[in-house]
Amino acid sequence: MLSYLLRRLLWMVPMLIGISLISFFIMHLAPGDITSTESAFDPKSSEESRQKLRALYNLDKPIIVQYGLWMERMVHLDFGHSFASHQKPVFWSEKDKDGNVTPGMIQEALPITLLMNIAGLLITLSLGVPLGVWAAKRYGQWPDRSITLFNFIGFSIPGFWLSLLLMYWLGVIHPWFPISGMHSLNYEQLDFWQKGQDLFMHLFLPVVIPSLTGLAGITLFVKNGMLDVLNQDYITTARAKGLSDRRVTYRHALRNALLPLITLIGLSLPGLIGGSVIAETIFAIPGMGKLFYEAVMMRDFPVVMGILTIGSALTLLGNLLADLAYAWADPRLRKGVMPAR
Amino acid sequence: MKKILHNPLALTGLCLISIILLLALLAPWLAPYDPDDINVKQILLAPSMHHWMGTDGLGRDVWSRMLYGGRVSLLVGLVAVGISTAIGVFLGAIAGYYRGWVDTLIMRLVDIMLSIPSFFLILAVIAFLSPSITNVMIVIGLTSWMSVTRLVRAEFLSLTQREFVTASTALGAQDWRIIFRHCLPNSLTPVLVSVVLGIASAVLLESGLSFLGLGVQAPQSSWGNILTDGKEYIQFAWWLSVYPGLAILITVLGYNLLGEGLRDVFDPRSNTLR
Repeated sequence: MLSYLLRRLLWMVPMLIGISLISFFIMHLAPGDITSTESAFDPKSSEESRQKLRALYNLDKPIIVQYGLWMERMVHLDFGHSFASHQKPVFWSEKDKDGNVTPGMIQEALPITLLMNIAGLLITLSLGVPLGVWAAKRYGQWPDRSITLFNFIGFSIPGFWLSLLLMYWLGVIHPWFPISGMHSLNYEQLDFWQKGQDLFMHLFLPVVIPSLTGLAGITLFVKNGMLDVLNQDYITTARAKGLSDRRVTYRHALRNALLPLITLIGLSLPGLIGGSVIAETIFAIPGMGKLFYEAVMMRDFPVVMGILTIGSALTLLGNLLADLAYAWADPRLRKGVMPAR
Repeated sequence: MKKILHNPLALTGLCLISIILLLALLAPWLAPYDPDDINVKQILLAPSMHHWMGTDGLGRDVWSRMLYGGRVSLLVGLVAVGISTAIGVFLGAIAGYYRGWVDTLIMRLVDIMLSIPSFFLILAVIAFLSPSITNVMIVIGLTSWMSVTRLVRAEFLSLTQREFVTASTALGAQDWRIIFRHCLPNSLTPVLVSVVLGIASAVLLESGLSFLGLGVQAPQSSWGNILTDGKEYIQFAWWLSVYPGLAILITVLGYNLLGEGLRDVFDPRSNTLR
């Protein structure tokens, strides 16, 4: 088990190098850099000052050299400083000579996106699993049919459209929910519970809407898993022993049907992180997605590279965790009856 | 073919897609106005007999813009999936046929591409290359070939073990002939399903990009950017937000239904969506 874990962790190194290579060269495919967006509208900026700026950011060197410099800093986990936002550190906070701490951009944005995604995942699972079980038990009857219809619509509906309509309906026509940002203006004056409530109200729509569209996948996955399992011999045996329907469904069938769900969740990570762009820009939530969108628009290379690298590293880590969780949850793998991979 | 028409999912999907395709193809004859014709005297008119879907903030007829926008959205879906399928089939075929280091190299590339949050990658590339229809199609194509590669490779791994392949090798057929004439036609059925489902997600992706202002650029209309323009006016002009979203929903639903129906027909054993 330990050697398996070590092997997987070592594997991540060449993977990350590959990812960073692809990201880095794509970024330099395009003409133009930060100097063309930052000074394009400034009549005072001369070609000479742009050259100076390029030299300052090493943008005048060949791509290979730039990649080398970037890689060298990566070894120390130094993601550099943002070009656009007043030299804020990209990844983690830094102290300057006077002891002032500047928080890192990813450090601020990542917890927000993680919180939203984890909350969303919990909602999806707590609705999707029971719905999937119900559809499987009533296969071919009206619950199954209506859940299938719902699934198809869930897969096909554009998330940003649903967000826009619900935001207008629940935020403007019936102003139950705030429609942008994470906190109210008077957030600092609130006590602990009110702060929690304020955060909840602000994050409700941006968390619930994407989980509604994600629900379709989980429900269908659980339903199909249950259908497969319910046809197995050991379920017939359990029924023949006279066990109650509840016990057969939840103790014997569901636990086996849920196993592949772990892998599915691991695989859906990059989609979740990437999908945060639209929800966060619509609802003005300062998470990774919005940060990335703004960085891309400003051609802020260090921030773009930082987010791509951290996002991919998180994905790799998530997949590893999913595999470990699978091995832990499946006694056949845990006790080494079947080889792990 | 007969089986497809007897499958209710596939049939519904096929009908929806045919209607949308027909409307898009016949746009020049069906559109009552020029889609780009600005009319300042008729701004934000509600749907009526003259303007079936109302007019937008510049007085352009929304129904006409929807018809022409449909052409763009459908084209992007088809071309993007065409590109990704071509890459996927090619890489999958050589990986599955030659195995060894070629296979390892290609499959590691697949792993890497799957670990990068693809929407981030697409966003970055399009923003840096300057947004346009062509770039959107190419970039969506270049970032969504991985599942086809895996499918085709798996098919090739088992096909190359079969007698007819051994036979043609023994008869001295060249590699490319075995790959393209013997194995490929036998491995295309699962690819067809993933092509149809791929179009669905490409249409969604394009509309999402246009919504962020990185897809099809004004004045050319696509469903995504009609919606983006419309969101400014959502309080006074619901029709600008509702119709384009519905059009996207119906199109994507059509392709998803058809894809699932095809899967049922070709592979009755599995019943998974994606």
